[in-house]
Amino acid sequence: MNKTLFDKIWNSHVVESIPNGPDVLYIDKHLIHEVTSPQAFNELKERKISVFRPEKIVATADHNTPTLNQHLPVKDLLSRKQLKELTQNCEENDITLYGLGHPYNGIVHVMAPELGITQPGMTIVCGDSHTSTHGAFGTIAFGIGTSQVAQVFASQCLLVEKPKKMRVNVNGSLKKGVLPKDVILYIISKLGTNTGTGYFCEYAGNVFEEMSMEGRMTICNMSIEMGARGGLIAPDDITYNYVEGKEFAPKGEHFEKLKAYWKTLKTDKEAEFDKEYHLDAADIEPMVTYGTNPGMGIKLTGSIPISTGKSADKALEYMGFVPGESLLDRPVNWIFIGSCTNSRIEDFRVAASYIKGKRKAGNVNALIVPGSRQVAEQIKAEGLQDIFEEAGFTLRQPGCSACLAMNDDKIPAGEYCVSTSNRNFEGRQGQGARTILASPLTAAATAVAGKLTDFTKSLN
Amino acid sequence: MEKFITLTDTAVPLETENVDTDQIIPARFLKATDKAGFGENLFRDWRYTQQGEPNTEFSLNDPSYKGTILVAGDNFGCGSSREHAAWALKAYGFKVVVSSYFADIFKGNALNNGLLPVQVSPPFLRKLFDYIKADPLGQITIDLDNQKILIEGTGEVEKFEIDPYKKTCMLNGYDDIDFLLSRLESIKKYEEKQFVL
Repeated sequence: MNKTLFDKIWNSHVVESIPNGPDVLYIDKHLIHEVTSPQAFNELKERKISVFRPEKIVATADHNTPTLNQHLPVKDLLSRKQLKELTQNCEENDITLYGLGHPYNGIVHVMAPELGITQPGMTIVCGDSHTSTHGAFGTIAFGIGTSQVAQVFASQCLLVEKPKKMRVNVNGSLKKGVLPKDVILYIISKLGTNTGTGYFCEYAGNVFEEMSMEGRMTICNMSIEMGARGGLIAPDDITYNYVEGKEFAPKGEHFEKLKAYWKTLKTDKEAEFDKEYHLDAADIEPMVTYGTNPGMGIKLTGSIPISTGKSADKALEYMGFVPGESLLDRPVNWIFIGSCTNSRIEDFRVAASYIKGKRKAGNVNALIVPGSRQVAEQIKAEGLQDIFEEAGFTLRQPGCSACLAMNDDKIPAGEYCVSTSNRNFEGRQGQGARTILASPLTAAATAVAGKLTDFTKSLN
Repeated sequence: MEKFITLTDTAVPLETENVDTDQIIPARFLKATDKAGFGENLFRDWRYTQQGEPNTEFSLNDPSYKGTILVAGDNFGCGSSREHAAWALKAYGFKVVVSSYFADIFKGNALNNGLLPVQVSPPFLRKLFDYIKADPLGQITIDLDNQKILIEGTGEVEKFEIDPYKKTCMLNGYDDIDFLLSRLESIKKYEEKQFVL
């Protein structure tokens, strides 16, 4: 008895445990995309083995896709070839693909939850480190390398050592203007980028209990940025209501039966964690990063800490900042609202509600990239597109876009970009680009002001 | 997979912390559909200036440092799950990466490609950096069977940890797919009794 949510899901998926070794863990859903799957398909071909359970795999094209003119052939030849291989591999192996232009196409971590593919209690993997997103539903979801993609193709299982368990509790009331993105950036700034290495992290406390599913996805998404393989939040009514009625969610009696099981997926009161942290919601303010890893975060109105060593100096040099300075009033020429962290409808609603009736500053290029075709349709249906366009923002077609800049959506060298994505690594958004991670609200306010500004004063 | 038993060689220092996989291999080089050719673009934006000239300040471009062992700062391989990072290090010629901390996914990817991640204590890592810088021709030995790393010039040794299953795989050149394929019958049995999700 006295098990954590994580233990309960893990234990029910262990096919067998190897003495002195890893567990053979069964995988319920395997999500794939064009960038990390081709070498895995090749591996199977070389070994002359077939995909074991193609019906448990769902594919999308997202990382390497253009966000303009998706109805035309992809211009970049290498990208086109990679997308073509994904299509061929899916056809040859009977795998469902929601390719470019399909109504269900989108960023893998946006489209799978909105279609009801992601459900509580599952094990989900994908060759992408932000697979941790799906933990928002109370699933064990984690990113894997291409060799492991091939292992799941071959056996629907993975050989993995059971990770350790940690819990982050955040209780109290959040201040006005503080979004889920600020909460997770705050957590990472307090705990550091490798506190979670070797762990799965459960998030608990009233802050997460009161959060929408989309907010919870933003939180779990960035678990990997503190090193944790995955994050998870216990499923509750908010979860069941979100899943119910989705395209591939269980229906009728099957749904009720599963819901009864999902209700058992909670950490028992006496269960123990290998480490545990308690944070106060009242301490959290809108956050921005100033360095080249997501742990280098400060409150928007704060100042850059005094140097902590060579690596911190190198980061500040890259960013063009000095210790002790405030980022307020720093001119910013680019903003990006998108990525698997913040490209769901609530992110665009909150941005649009701030932007409505205002215009972006003349110096700013404002890029809005929905996470999926469905989100794009909703942006139109709710009239948000008009608000963005009237304010001078550019609305693109869905994809990973400027989060990792594999396509043409790159931030020029030396320019600052206030970005709702998840990584501020050197060159992540383009060679020499300088990324400041923030919430969709901070990004919207930056676009209007043309600089980082304390927008909380103007919120009613 | 290639076997790894023991290795004695010189090392290349990379004294930077939190080296993420976007630095190891930037995303714009992930468009290939096979595993070949990633070595040329290893640490691309640190090895070359934006004009495409070699950056002489970067340790991989320093002719005094050679070898198949990379000694790197804390929290190596954080960020994206791209296995291309392990392929790039391997293709460039590295067989071992030593650090005081490795990110989980990178560590797994390295082991699945016969690239040995050796985790040492922060003081031992400091000793390694000092040793390599003082004598770039100084040798280091990694003995996987005994799980030891030895600084040949000073005789200092540290034991390192490795998952016993992964150690057996590295020593014998086995990989996980072979093992999992041998378990298909028990996997099918599990599926029959699994609560349907």
